[in-house]
Amino acid sequence: MPIISVNNIGKKYNISHRQGGYLTLRDALSNAFGHPLRFMKQKAKAMAGLAKKEEFWALKDVSFSVEPGEVVGIIGHNGAGKSTLLKILSQITPPTEGEIAINGRVGSLLEVGTGFHPELTGRENIFLNGAILGMTRQEIAAKFDQIVEFSGVEKFLDTPVKYYSSGMYVRLAFSVAAHLEPDVLIIDEVLAVGDADFQKKCLGKMDEITKKEGRTILFVSHNLQAIKSICQKCILLEGGKIKTMGSVDEVISYYLSDPQKASYSVVWPESTAPKNNSIVLKKIAVVGSNGNLLKTIPAGSDFNIEIDYELKFDTVAPGFTLGFWNSQNDLIFVSISNREENFYGKKVAAGNYKTICHLPKGVFNEGLFSLSLTFFEENFSNSNSLSNIIVFKVEDDAYGRNDYVGDYPGNLRLLLDWQTKLID
Amino acid sequence: MTVIKPKKTLSWGDFKEIWQYRELLLFFAWRDLKVRYKQTAVGVSWALFQPFFTMVVFSVFFGGLAKMPSDGIPYPIFVFVGLLLWQFFSTALTDASNSLVGNQGIITKVYFPRLILPISTILVKFVDFFIASIILVGLMVFYHYTPHLWGLLIIPLLLLISFFAALGGGLILASVNVKYRDVRYALPFFIQILLFLTPVIYPPSIAGKYSWILAINPMTGVIKAARSALLGGAPINWLLLGISGAVCFVILIIGFVYFKKTEKYFADII
Repeated sequence: MPIISVNNIGKKYNISHRQGGYLTLRDALSNAFGHPLRFMKQKAKAMAGLAKKEEFWALKDVSFSVEPGEVVGIIGHNGAGKSTLLKILSQITPPTEGEIAINGRVGSLLEVGTGFHPELTGRENIFLNGAILGMTRQEIAAKFDQIVEFSGVEKFLDTPVKYYSSGMYVRLAFSVAAHLEPDVLIIDEVLAVGDADFQKKCLGKMDEITKKEGRTILFVSHNLQAIKSICQKCILLEGGKIKTMGSVDEVISYYLSDPQKASYSVVWPESTAPKNNSIVLKKIAVVGSNGNLLKTIPAGSDFNIEIDYELKFDTVAPGFTLGFWNSQNDLIFVSISNREENFYGKKVAAGNYKTICHLPKGVFNEGLFSLSLTFFEENFSNSNSLSNIIVFKVEDDAYGRNDYVGDYPGNLRLLLDWQTKLID
Repeated sequence: MTVIKPKKTLSWGDFKEIWQYRELLLFFAWRDLKVRYKQTAVGVSWALFQPFFTMVVFSVFFGGLAKMPSDGIPYPIFVFVGLLLWQFFSTALTDASNSLVGNQGIITKVYFPRLILPISTILVKFVDFFIASIILVGLMVFYHYTPHLWGLLIIPLLLLISFFAALGGGLILASVNVKYRDVRYALPFFIQILLFLTPVIYPPSIAGKYSWILAINPMTGVIKAARSALLGGAPINWLLLGISGAVCFVILIIGFVYFKKTEKYFADII
C-alpha cells in the first residue's frame, strides 16, 4: 500500500494574488465609496461569475504515489510547480481540487531554522524550532544531546542566536531538522545553504536516515548531483504538470536533453508584460546573425539575443543585464549593456526599441542554457529581474575540436591561445 | 492518516486540532513571553510601569482635575480596576490582530492550525494581567481600602469573557490584516476610541438612561461587574453582564467563521 497517494491535485491562483505588493484597506474603501456605482457593478459581475478573472493553474492534474521507504526527487524549472506541490503536501496551502492521502506523520522542511528567534538562545531555539517542526517536548528533550553534538555549537548553547555566525546558525537549524522523525519527510532546497563540508555531512545524514531507518522522503532540489545520490525515483514537473517520472537516471537524462524545453522567443502581451516606470518589455528572442529565430545554435555560429521594448516617455536610455545559466541552474556569466558606446546618461525619446546583445561563436559548449534578464533605468535604479525566460540549445558542430572527438565537458567552449616555447 | 483536500469552513475537527497542537500553542506563548522580557531592558517591571503610570495620569487629569465621579471609591482604585481589564483586552486585541502578519515566516513554511497563533498571543496577556494586579493590591494597602474578597471569585469569569471578546475581535482583525496591510495603522486609533466608549475612566451611570447602549460593548459589563464585585457599591448587574457575554459570544462565532473562511489563502498572500 502506498504511503502517499496524490490524486488529480490542482492549485489555482488568481493573478492578483501573485503580483506581490499588498492591498490596502484604504484603496479598497476609496474604491467602494469613491465610485459606488462602478464598485457595485464589479461586485454584481463577480457574483454572476461574469468578471474577467486572471487565473493561473500552478498545478493541474498531478497524480502519483510513493511507496514506504522510497526517496523521490522532484525536479523542474523555476515556476514548474515544485514549491507549490511541496506546500500542498505539507498542508501550508490547500489544493483547489483533488485529494492527497498520507499514511503517517508528515514532517516538512521547506527552510532550515523556521521560527528561529534571534533573541532566544541556541538551547531555547532547539526546543522552539523542534516544536514548530512537529516534535513533542519529550522527543526534543530525548534527542537534545544528539542535536547539539551534530551541530557542533555546544559552547554557544546559551548565547542568543543573533550573535551566531551564519554558518553556526545553519548548522544548529539543520541539526534540529535532521533529528525529526516523521514517517514522511518533505524537503525543499534546504541544502543550498551552509558550507560544502556541512552540506556533505547533511547529505550523509539523510542517506543514513533513509537507508537504515527506511524513511520516505520527497526531495526538491536544483542540485541534480544530490538528487542522483540519494533518490531512487524522480518526478519531472513542467508547467504545473508531471512531464515524466521513473528512475532517477532516466528522468534526469530526459530533463537535460528535452528539446521541448527550448523556447527561442517569448512575446509578452501588454497586460502581463514585465515593466517598470518607463520600460515595457515586448519580446525577447534568440536569433541567428541573419535575423531568423534559431531552433538550435551550432557551437560554431554567432548569434544574437534581441530585446524588444517600449519606452513610455523621453528618458535616459535603460540598461539590461543578461544572465546565462546552465541546466543545473548555476549562473555561468552575466553581460551588462553598459558595454554599449556612450551608454551613460544617453537621452532617448519615447518609442519602440530593440537592444541587441551579440554572442560570438565559441562561447558556449553544447547543452541547454537558460537566460535571465534584469532591466533597469538610469543608474541601475528601478531594476526588475526575470529568470528562466528562455532556454536555448547549443549543438556540437565539431567547432574548435580539431581532431579531438572525445567528451568535451564544461559549460563554455572558449578557444584560448596556447603556445609552447623551448625555454632551456 | 492525513487527508489533504480543498478546505471547507469551520468544523469540530478544528477544535480537536487545536487540542492536538496544544504543546505548540504553549511554546508560542512561552516564546512571546521570553522575547518580550528579554528585549525590554526593564524586563518584568515594564508590565508594572505601564499600567501604573497610566493610572497616575488618569487619576491626576480625570480624577483630580476633571473631578470624574467614581461612585465614592478612591479614584485611583476605581480607575485601576477598569484599567486592568481594559489593558488585558486592548493589548490582547492588538497583538492577536498582528499575530498572523508577525509570524509570516512560519506560516509560509510549516503547517499547524493557524488559530493557535492569535490564541497564544492572548495567553501571554494573562501573565501581564497578574503582574499588574500587584499594583492594585498596593493601591488598596495605600488607601487602607478593604475589597470584597468574595468578589474575587467572579474574576475568572470576567477574564474569560474578556479573553473571548479579544479573541473574536482579534480573529477578524488578524484575517483582515493579512489581506489589507494598513489595518495595523488604523488599529491603535480604533482602540483609543474604544477606550472612551468603555467605562474605564468614568462610571457607566454618567451616560444616564442611555447607559444600556454601552452594554453592547462587552467590556462594559465586565468592568462594571468587576467594580461591583471588588469595590461594592451597586450589586452586580447580571443582566448587563449577560448582554456583554452574549455579544462577546456572537463576536467570537463571527471571528471563528471568518477566520476559517479566509484561512485557506493566508499562506498564499501573506
